Amino acid sequence: MLKVENLNVHYGVIHALEDVSLTVNDGEIVTLIGANGAGKTTTLHTITGLKKATSGTVTFDGVDLLKEEASKIITHGVAHVPEGRHIFIDMTVRENLEMGAYMYGRKQKALIEERMEDVFQKFPRLKERQNQLAGTFSGGEQQMLAVGRALMANPKIILMDEPSMGLSPLLVQEVFDIIKEVNAQGITILLVEQNAKMALKVADRAYVLETGKIKLSGDAKELLRNDEVKKAYLGA
Amino acid sequence: MAKLIQSLANGLNLGSIYALTALGYTMVYGIIRMINFAHGDFIMVGGFTLFYLIPIMLKLGLPAWFAVFVAIIVCVFVGVMTEQIAYKPVRGQGSTTALITALGMSLVLENGALVLFGSAPRNVPPMFSLSEVKLGSITIPGTTVLTLVIGIVVMVLLTLFIKYTKLGKAMRAVPEDKIASTLVGINVNRIITITFAIGSGLAAVASMMYTTSYVSIKNELGITLGLKAFVAAVLGGIGSVPGAMIGGLLLGIIEILVKVYMLPGTYEAVTYLLLILVLLIKPTGLMGKKVSEKV
Repeated sequence: MLKVENLNVHYGVIHALEDVSLTVNDGEIVTLIGANGAGKTTTLHTITGLKKATSGTVTFDGVDLLKEEASKIITHGVAHVPEGRHIFIDMTVRENLEMGAYMYGRKQKALIEERMEDVFQKFPRLKERQNQLAGTFSGGEQQMLAVGRALMANPKIILMDEPSMGLSPLLVQEVFDIIKEVNAQGITILLVEQNAKMALKVADRAYVLETGKIKLSGDAKELLRNDEVKKAYLGA
Repeated sequence: MAKLIQSLANGLNLGSIYALTALGYTMVYGIIRMINFAHGDFIMVGGFTLFYLIPIMLKLGLPAWFAVFVAIIVCVFVGVMTEQIAYKPVRGQGSTTALITALGMSLVLENGALVLFGSAPRNVPPMFSLSEVKLGSITIPGTTVLTLVIGIVVMVLLTLFIKYTKLGKAMRAVPEDKIASTLVGINVNRIITITFAIGSGLAAVASMMYTTSYVSIKNELGITLGLKAFVAAVLGGIGSVPGAMIGGLLLGIIEILVKVYMLPGTYEAVTYLLLILVLLIKPTGLMGKKVSEKV
């Protein structure tokens, strides 16, 4: 279980997150929606140590993540697919996946191969093009690779930041299908999205973030019918 | 013809020293996008280590070239210390700050050596007694052959290391994307330190190659050799490992040919003219990739 309590984050004098609290239970898909600049990405960055918190706590299965180095977060089963995918474009697809398994030791080669097979089974396209440079991939394929790379570490939870950004509607659907599929395997998902409608449809629960504060939270399907949410985020 | 082959051999000798030095520049540039102007001074440090240690090694009844291993340790120590003390605190402060810090460190090392070792040139005792290689009417000194062989071996090993090992892959991943590297579990600062350590170790090997070929060293060695190697790195395409090798070898050959066939006094002018031309015509160098700044 991921538990964020009274999290405060500043960028200089800007108070980016104000007493943000949220929980993600095992096996859930929880989405964090909100406008540009509401603090969604900051929340994810703080959870995985890319941004330092001013105060508050973040624990995952009892481990205090705020005390950990950013590069150690993955070893606790917390993977993060950042906004913009951040794949290694000058490396091959296979090398990208190998980097995803970086935390494994040299003696765990068999395990890495097993993970790789697992990812290839999920994304056959990655297998076909494993020796191709990742930079030659289209946006949708890059998103697939970014998720595949996160799966290499066999995480318990994946934080996904705007996975549908910049993709055509058909690919958006595909990405959300992947999210559901990954979740069906027992991996918990914390999803940040601007595409609130799609996110609420796929999620179990949701939090609405507005200028650094949690404004609403609850069952995703109920929020989908909530007038306030409809007006502000669903364009209805 | 004999003169030409002789010159080419000399050019390759000088060129492999440039190439190995340029590799140090390129590795550090490749990972933190900073020109480490103190790199040449690491070679000077290695040179003085050899100067003082070779007699000790001989006294202990050990082969003289054992001193190289100590020089590697000393250079790695100086390199990592430079990174930790001077460069790490200014990381993220912009490239101008980093550049000025590197120039400052270069001056610190150069003048530190002046205080410690004085300004008189020193002759480093020979480490190898190799016979000359005779090819018909041409004689090539054994040290030239050795320098070339060591240079090629180091370059091949380094290329394989970066391409195939886990650490090598991490060294490619970090400059590409620090966020993604961190998220997959790479300790970025550690990789940067290791890169400096390897670069500085290469400086020690370069100082061995330099002193076997040119014998005399002084505290200003780093500035001249460093600048030349910088030109070589830019010529080959800074950030590119094969580029550093090609740039280095090419520059060595050009310098020797100019010395032998044109006005001997002008070879340095030609070198820097070459730098200007490369920057004007092909700033990314022979092997460099076009860098598009991310918005």
